Amino acid sequence: MSRLAIPKTYKLYIGGKFPRSESGRSYEVTAADGAFLANASLASRKDARDAVVAARAAVSGWAGATAYNRGQVLYRVAEVLEGRRAQFVEEIAASEGVTAAVAARQVDEAIDTWVWYAGWADKFVQVAGSGNPVAGPYFNLSVPEPTGVVAIVAPQGEGSLLGLVQAVAPALVAGNTVVVVADERHPLSAISLAEVLATSDLPGGVVNVLTGSPAEIAPWLASHADVNALDLLGAGALEWVDLEIAAADTLKRVLRPEPGLPGRALDRILAFTETKTVWHTKSTI
Amino acid sequence: MKDIQPTDGRGFLEYAPAPESTAILHLKDSYGLFIDGEFRDGSGGSFSTISPATEKKIAEIAIASEADVDLAVAAARRAYTKTWSKLSGADRGKYLFRIARLVQERARELAVAESLDNGKPIKESRDVDVPLVAAWFFYYAGWADKLDHAGLGANPRALGVAAQVIPWNFPLLMLAWKIAPALAAGNTVVLKPAETTPLSALLFAEILQQADLPPGVVNIVTGAGETGATLVRHPDVDKVAFTGSTGVGREIAKAVAGTHKKVTLELGGKAANIVFDDAPIDQAVEGIVNGIFFNQGHVCCAGSRLLVQENIHDEVVDRLKQRLSTLRLGDPLDKNTDIGAINSREQLERIRTLSDIGEQEGAERWSVPCEIPENGFWFAPTIFTGVTTSSRIAREEIFGPVLSVLTFRTPAEAIAKANNTPYGLSAGIWSDKGSKILAVADQLRAGVIWANTFNRFDPASPFGGYKESGYGREGGRHGLAAYLKGASA
Repeated sequence: MSRLAIPKTYKLYIGGKFPRSESGRSYEVTAADGAFLANASLASRKDARDAVVAARAAVSGWAGATAYNRGQVLYRVAEVLEGRRAQFVEEIAASEGVTAAVAARQVDEAIDTWVWYAGWADKFVQVAGSGNPVAGPYFNLSVPEPTGVVAIVAPQGEGSLLGLVQAVAPALVAGNTVVVVADERHPLSAISLAEVLATSDLPGGVVNVLTGSPAEIAPWLASHADVNALDLLGAGALEWVDLEIAAADTLKRVLRPEPGLPGRALDRILAFTETKTVWHTKSTI
Repeated sequence: MKDIQPTDGRGFLEYAPAPESTAILHLKDSYGLFIDGEFRDGSGGSFSTISPATEKKIAEIAIASEADVDLAVAAARRAYTKTWSKLSGADRGKYLFRIARLVQERARELAVAESLDNGKPIKESRDVDVPLVAAWFFYYAGWADKLDHAGLGANPRALGVAAQVIPWNFPLLMLAWKIAPALAAGNTVVLKPAETTPLSALLFAEILQQADLPPGVVNIVTGAGETGATLVRHPDVDKVAFTGSTGVGREIAKAVAGTHKKVTLELGGKAANIVFDDAPIDQAVEGIVNGIFFNQGHVCCAGSRLLVQENIHDEVVDRLKQRLSTLRLGDPLDKNTDIGAINSREQLERIRTLSDIGEQEGAERWSVPCEIPENGFWFAPTIFTGVTTSSRIAREEIFGPVLSVLTFRTPAEAIAKANNTPYGLSAGIWSDKGSKILAVADQLRAGVIWANTFNRFDPASPFGGYKESGYGREGGRHGLAAYLKGASA
């Protein structure tokens, strides 16, 4: 007699914990052939606001960690993801209706993306910063610092794990914290990735994952006064111009939608940084 | 308080007036729009630009209508396609070097025009504004043929036509901040100067003619807010650069939503100037004065909130009052003048209103007991003590010579109070302890931090804000990125 499997309950990931939606809502996630896979949490406005509170609370710790430490934690994510590779391959194959080989390529690229970005943590400041030769007796230095809380609409239907990773990882490098709305139709690997993050020494609240309808959740994030930047990467099918307009009320930094996946890019790290320039007097000796 | 000297000439130092002559200026009675290399009449009517120190008319200035803005953008597009994008970086650089030299040659004239139209003291326009204008063009001239090293990879490309809208507080300097990097990166420009300070931009247009800059590479359209809004919304503009209020910045961010336009915004501020008890007090007092009374406080990065450690509050405030009492307010063209005129009646009203609110909210007001000229717009340097963090004069940008003084006990409290604002443009730290300065600087959410100095600017040094003070940087290598895209983009 075969053993009866234990199905996983897929919940949200907020502040390092896995709550259900406070709204009590869920939605059915199906395989490509329509078969039932799971009920995912249908995140609400309140969940989005809770996620922003958690993300804000996590900024000082994550941004204040040393670059070396952030790099190690991001590398740890790759390690733990590698260890659970088979689970992700299976989940993606089932959800996206692709072969195991295609799903494996997606997972491998996602793992390697974490490694690539992990290596940037203690280098991008040197690449993007500068010592400035001002005309006067001043020591003058410019360095990029994290923007703060970044809200992201993950790519939709472009590879549920890889799209999420390519959107979230670069924002973390500089010390930002993230609220991300996952791929609506394929949210399972996002929540499984949250389990990886939760066991990779990433402090709670640094990444918060919402599943559900981007069309419903994104407007609350776009207009939230405690969100500093809005990445509309996967919002191309939404009324994203309205989101950009809402974001303008508090002058959020906005990245407009892009077709497909963004790949790996230093630009995506720098898009969520602010250049701070410090002038320090030199005494006359 | 004791030892306050009257400032009307009966004090310990007497000054004879030393006005700079306006004979050096050869102004026209009226100025048209500068489009496609020539001055031409506008079709939107005209307005008078006045001296804020006397309220006397200086010249009649054209208002650019929508059709005029169309012409200017079309000229910029033509110049971009046919001329400017085909020049080598080295040749673009040579034009910018020429401009830098011409600005130096005509520096005195530009300074007088600036002080006349803006109301700022001639010693500032002569020693700060105009020299920095030349420096800005000289700096970016050298970048024009080195863009591969600007940080965007090999062969970065210009964006196209840049729409630039600038404020009235540093009219010519803001023009330089906008035009120099735009041209170095290979863009062409339509620039709208502020309504109350168009004069130096129009003199600059004459310099462009002397430099033989190809027609259409820089176009200057004068007018009020409506002209600026038309320019920013123009569909054939690829880049919008704005310096001004956060309110207008918001509107621009909304107007460009959903377009391909790249935007940089340099907006308001409410900078904290933090003075620790181990600071060199004499230098700090000079820095506080420079921080908030430079340019009549018409400075987006002004140190308008003084955060002083509680145990030295009384000493600092006393010394500050004493120092302020030696400042000379009056004719901007007088070389002895420290505090010039408020730029406009509208701005004066705003400063008065917010100052009255400061009093109503319970802060203690002290203004320099100095004579105020009969005509023109003036506001005596003013300090509010006993200001609370929730007070409007501690939260809103006054953009005038008004300092709000708050206290703190610990570095953590200073940092919390400094960051307690939606703005994040600049901050100051005064302490003799370097390690403390660096630790505090790390924690401040502001784009420019001055340690034991304030209000320093240099073309090599990136400038711009965090949070609602805007986005993008001007100055340095970072300033080029605002006008370029990577080869693959």
